[in-house]
Amino acid sequence: MGALASFGFLSPWILVALITLPVLWWLLRAVPPAPIRRVFPAMTLLLGLKEDRPEAQRSPWWLILLRLLAVAALIIGFAGPVLNPQERAAQKGPLVVFIDSFWPAAANWQARVDAVDQVLLEAQQQGRMAVVVRSHLSEIAPFSAAGLWREKLAAMQPAAWDAPYDTPAFMSLPKGEFLWLSDGIARDGRAEILNSRSNKGTVTILEPNSAIYGLPPAQMTNGEITLTVQRAHAGPAKTLLIQGMGRDPAGQLRPLVQADAIFAAGADQAEITLSLPPELRHRISWFELPDAKSAGGVTLVGEALTRRRVALIGAQKNETLALLSPDHFLRAALEPSAEIIEALQIDDVLRASPHVIILPDVPKLAEPDQRALAKWVANGGLLLRFAGPRLAAAQASRGGQGAQGGFAREDVLLPVRLRAGGRVVGGAMSWGSPQTLAPFAANSPFYGLDIPSDVTVARQVLAEPDPDLAARTLAELADGTPLVTRKLLGGGQVILVHVGANAEWSSLVLSGLFVEMLKRLMTSSAGGAGQATNGEVIVAEGGRSDRPPVWQLTRKLSADGRLVAQDPVRPIDNHALQQAVQTRASAAVPPGVYQDETRQAVVNALAMGDHLKSAQWPATIVPEWGQTDRLRDLSGPVLSLGLTLLLIDVVATLWITGNLARRKAAQTSGMIVALALVMPLILPSMGNAQEQPSAEVDVIAAAAEVTLAHVLTGDAALDALAQAGLQGLSDALFIRTSVEPALPVGVDLERDPLAVYPILYWPISSAQAQPSSAAYDRLSRYLAAGGLILFDTRDAGVGGDGPEARKLRALAGPLGLPPLDPVPEDHVVTRAFYLLDAFPGRHVGPVWAEAAPPGAEAQEGVPFRVLNDGVTPVMIGGNDWAGAWAVRPDGAPLLPVGRGRAGDRQREMALRFGINLVMHVLTGNYKSDQVHIPALLQRLGQ
Amino acid sequence: MPQKVAPQALGQKAATLAAGLPPLLSDARHLADTVMLGDHGRRRAGQGDAFWQFRPAQPGDPAHRIDWRRSARSDQAYIRDREWQAAQTITLWVDPALSMRYGSDANGPSKSTRATVIALAAAMLFLRAGERVGFLGSARAPLCAEATLPDRLTDLLAAPEVPKDLRPRGRAIFLTDGLGDPNLLDAALSQAASRKVHGALLQILDPAEQDFPFAGRSLFQDMGAVLEMETQEAADLRAPYLKRLAARKDALAAMCRRRAWAYHCHDTSAPPSHALLWLYHALEARR
Repeated sequence: MGALASFGFLSPWILVALITLPVLWWLLRAVPPAPIRRVFPAMTLLLGLKEDRPEAQRSPWWLILLRLLAVAALIIGFAGPVLNPQERAAQKGPLVVFIDSFWPAAANWQARVDAVDQVLLEAQQQGRMAVVVRSHLSEIAPFSAAGLWREKLAAMQPAAWDAPYDTPAFMSLPKGEFLWLSDGIARDGRAEILNSRSNKGTVTILEPNSAIYGLPPAQMTNGEITLTVQRAHAGPAKTLLIQGMGRDPAGQLRPLVQADAIFAAGADQAEITLSLPPELRHRISWFELPDAKSAGGVTLVGEALTRRRVALIGAQKNETLALLSPDHFLRAALEPSAEIIEALQIDDVLRASPHVIILPDVPKLAEPDQRALAKWVANGGLLLRFAGPRLAAAQASRGGQGAQGGFAREDVLLPVRLRAGGRVVGGAMSWGSPQTLAPFAANSPFYGLDIPSDVTVARQVLAEPDPDLAARTLAELADGTPLVTRKLLGGGQVILVHVGANAEWSSLVLSGLFVEMLKRLMTSSAGGAGQATNGEVIVAEGGRSDRPPVWQLTRKLSADGRLVAQDPVRPIDNHALQQAVQTRASAAVPPGVYQDETRQAVVNALAMGDHLKSAQWPATIVPEWGQTDRLRDLSGPVLSLGLTLLLIDVVATLWITGNLARRKAAQTSGMIVALALVMPLILPSMGNAQEQPSAEVDVIAAAAEVTLAHVLTGDAALDALAQAGLQGLSDALFIRTSVEPALPVGVDLERDPLAVYPILYWPISSAQAQPSSAAYDRLSRYLAAGGLILFDTRDAGVGGDGPEARKLRALAGPLGLPPLDPVPEDHVVTRAFYLLDAFPGRHVGPVWAEAAPPGAEAQEGVPFRVLNDGVTPVMIGGNDWAGAWAVRPDGAPLLPVGRGRAGDRQREMALRFGINLVMHVLTGNYKSDQVHIPALLQRLGQ
Repeated sequence: MPQKVAPQALGQKAATLAAGLPPLLSDARHLADTVMLGDHGRRRAGQGDAFWQFRPAQPGDPAHRIDWRRSARSDQAYIRDREWQAAQTITLWVDPALSMRYGSDANGPSKSTRATVIALAAAMLFLRAGERVGFLGSARAPLCAEATLPDRLTDLLAAPEVPKDLRPRGRAIFLTDGLGDPNLLDAALSQAASRKVHGALLQILDPAEQDFPFAGRSLFQDMGAVLEMETQEAADLRAPYLKRLAARKDALAAMCRRRAWAYHCHDTSAPPSHALLWLYHALEARR
C-alpha cells in the first residue's frame, strides 16, 4: 500500500475506460481468427471432405491477454500516471520562483531547471498561478498558469556575468509562496530581498551545495603569469586543473599549457604561477577550469600577453662595430618581448602592419614615406624616434632655413620642434656635468619606474620652447629639458627620445631603465597608459583622441564558459566598456572580446580583486536541496509499453493466422514493426537526412566520362532545350569523334560541383536569378582550373542592350573575365577538329573569346599566330547553338534552322562548331602546336 | 468451367503467355540435349537419305534414279535404293486448364511451366529423330525441323481443353494434371484409341497436391476463385484427400492401360529429365 500511495494520476477519470476491458475480452473470445486463404487447384478432390472438429477455433487466451494488457496500458498512460505526487504540503495562492541566474548557476543549470520544473509541475497539478523571476532580469512578468512557465523554462539561460541584485525591483515582488533557487554566492541585496518576504508568504530556499570555482584575470609580473583560483566554499583539499587555451602553430585551438591548482584544506583560493616562454605565452587566448566550466571559470587574455610587432627602420648590417650601431641596444631590449621586423623601406614595413615603428637616428624621410608613415600613425600606430648625430645635423640645416623664415616649421613626424645642433653637457669642451634624469611625473607612462643614479645624459637634442611643450613632455632631465616627448597624431602617437639609441650620448641605454621604458612605450601602443584592474591594458587612450573609437562585442563568453561568436556584432558604449574593463562585466557589457578597428579588449566575468564568498543565510532558514522525492511523470513509459504490446500483437496475429510465412505479409508487418522501432531514432535527425546531397552520384558518373553540362537557368523550357541541344552535340561527338560523352546534365550553380565538367553551356535567360557569391566563387575556381563557359544570349548578337545582353553583363560581371575579342580567324577553335570560318547556331552572329596577348605575331611562313597557351575561359555569343544542336529523342532535329539546304548546311556548321569547341576544351592548344608538324615530319623522314 | 473471354483479351493473354515461352524453349533445349539418341531407319528401302541397296533397274524406273557409277561396272543398269525413313507425326497436348498454373513454391515451376518444358524438349528430341511433331489444336501442318520450332511456340496456346480430333495412326503425348473431369479424359482416350493413336499420358502434380501439407483454419480456393471451401482444421482433411488422390491416379492408370497407353505421374519437384526419358522410351517402345 505504501508503494501504491506514491502513485497518482493527473487525469484519473480516464481510468473509467478500464471497465470496457471485460467487454473487450468477451468480444475477442467471440471472434475467431480469420481463416487463411489458400489457393489449391485440387478442389475437385477436396470438395465434400469433413474435418473431425467442426467447432470454430478461438483466439488463444494469451493473445487476448496481450491485447487487453495493451489497451489497459494505453488507458493508464493517457490518465497521466505520476510517481510521488503532492509530497509538499498543499499550498494555495500564487507561486513566486526566484532563480539566481548569474554565471555561478551555470555549472548545474540543468539541475536547477529540473528542480523548478518539478515545482511548477506540482503547481500545475494544483492549478496555481506562478511567476518565474531570473535575477539578471529586472522586469517581472505577471502571474500566469504554471504550465505556461514550464514551457518557457526550457529556453531560459543563465547570464554570463555577475552583478548585485536589483534590490528595489525584487523587493517589490508580489505576495505568494517564495521559492528561491540560490546559487550560494554572497551578493549585495540578498538579505534585503529575504527580509522583504517576511510577511508575504512562506519562503523556501533551494541551494545545491556544489562547489563553485572562479578564475579572476591572470596577472603578469616579470614575465610570469599568476593565476588565482577561487572557490566559494572553503572545503577539503582539492586539486583543480587549469588550462591555457590557444592556437598552436598549426592554427588548431587546443590546451597549450596545463597546470594543477592545489587548494589546501580550508583555503578558498589557490595560486599558481606559470613561467612560460614568450612564444607560448603570446599564443594563449584564455585560461579556463575544464572541470568547472562557467563564465567565471574562464579568464580571457587580451593583447597584453600577445607578442607585439616592432619594426626597426634603417637597420644597416654593415656597421663596423656592432656596439656603435644605433639599434643594437634597442634590439637587445626588445627581443625578449617583441617580434622585430627589420626593413630598409618604409612601405615594406607598413605592409607587415607593425604595432610600433622605431626610427633610430633617421634624419630625413622621403616625402611619400613621410606621408605613408603619418597616415599609419594617425590610424593608431606608435612611431618611436631616437635622436642621434644625424638627426641633430639635419635639424641644424633645417634650423638655418627656419631662422630665416622666422619660425622653424614643425615636422609632422616629430613631437616638438628641435633646436639646431643639440647641446653637449659635461663633455671635454663644455661646461657642467652630465645631466641626470628627473623623477617621472604622475601622468607620465613611466611613472613608478626607479631611476638608477648612474644614468647620465651627455648630449641631447633640444626642443624649441613651445606653449604645449610641457604637455608633450613625458620625461625630463634634472634641469628641466625634455628627454622624452610625445605628440598625439590622429589615433596614434609620435614619441621622440631626445638622446641616441646607443651609448654614445647617454648611459641610459645601458641601464635596465631603458628596457622598462621601452616596455611601457610598447604597451602604450595598445592604447592604455597602465594596467587596468581587470588585468588588461585598454581604452584609456581612446577617450583623448579626436575620434572616439567604436568598440564592438565580437565574441562573447557564454554562461557555461564557451567563447561564441556574437552575431551580429554588438556596438558597446565606450564609457561602459571602459568601466567594465576597470571593474567587471555587467549586463550592458557582457564578458567577451571587444574590438575596434585596430585594438582588442577583453572583459571578464570576474575582476581582479573579486572574491567568491558563500552566501550567509539567517539561522532560521535552512537551504535545502534534493531531499524530497521527485515527482516523475510515468505516462511516457506506460504509453510506450502499450504501443510495444500492440506491435507484438501485430506479429503474433500474423503468426497465428500463418500469414507470417507468406512473404508479402511478413515483409509488410516487419516493416511496420521496424518503422515503429526506428521512428523515434529517425525523427530528430529527419531534417539532416533531407539535406543529404543527392549530387554525389551524378558527380561520380560525370567524372567517369566526358560529360557536357548546361547551367540550369530556372526557365524549364530553356533548360529542356539546352539539355536536348547538348544531347544532339553529344550524339554528333559520339558518331564523328573519339569523344564518347555521357548523357548531358544540368547543373545547379548553387549546389552541384562543377570541376568534373569540361564545358558549361550557359544559355542566358532574363528570368535567371543572380547566383550567390559562393556560386561565383566556385565558378571562378572552375574557370581558373581550366573550365570553359559558353554563354549564349540567343539573340544573334544583335541585342545590343537587349534584356539578354544586360542579363549577361549582370551574370558574367562578378566572374572577373579577362579582356575579350571577337574570335580571330586564326584562333585554335577554328581548326580544332573541322576547319571553320564562322560559328553559326540558329543565328549567325559574332562570337567573342579571350583576347590574344598583345604581342602575338605570326611567324614566318605560318598562317597563324602563336596565341593563347591554354583554353579560353569563356566563349560568348548569341547564336542559339543549343537550338541548332537540339534533337528529339528519335534523333530528328528539334527546331528548324534556316531554310532548305542552306539551313541543313548551317545546322551542320553549328554541330561542327560544337565539336570544335569540345575538342578545343579537351585538347587545349594541341592544334596550335601542329605548326611544328612539318619539322617533325621532316625529321622522321630522315 | 469454361469462361467466355473476348477474342481481343484472349490474344493479349496469349501474347503475355507466349512471352514466357522462349525462355522455356531454351530450358527445353538444355533438357533435350541431355538425351542423346541415334537416327533410326526403317530397315527397308524407301524415302530417305541413307544408302540401302543397289537393285537391277526394271522397266518403269525413271532414268534419273539409275546409279551410273554402279551400272558402269557391269552390263546391267542398277538403281540405288535408299532406306525408307518414315516419319511419324507425334501430337502434343498440354492441358491448358487454370489448375495447371499452380505452383506451391513461388520460386519453383508451375505445373504448366513444367509441362511446357517437357513437351518442347520431347518435341526437339523427336524432331532430331526425324519425326514430325504437331501441336493439338493448331491449324498448321506438323513440324519437320527443329529450326522452325521457335516460330511455332504459339501453337502451344491453342491447345483445346479436351484432346480430340487427333491425326489417325499417329502418336500422341498428353501432359495434364488429371484434376479435371476424368470422364472427359476417358472419352478423349477412347476416341484416340479408335483412331489408332497410341501414346503416353504424363500426369504432372505439384508437391503440395501430393502431400497436402496444410493445417489450421483455412479457406481453400481453386485457381479461378470459383470454388471455395472453408475448413476449421485442414490437417484433418489430409488422409481422406490422399486417399482420393490415389484413387484418381489409379483411375487414370487404368484408363490408359485399357487403350495400351503409357501412364506416368511426375512431381514438379523432381527433375524433368526423368519424365522426358520415360516419355521418349514409352513412345519408342511401341513403335
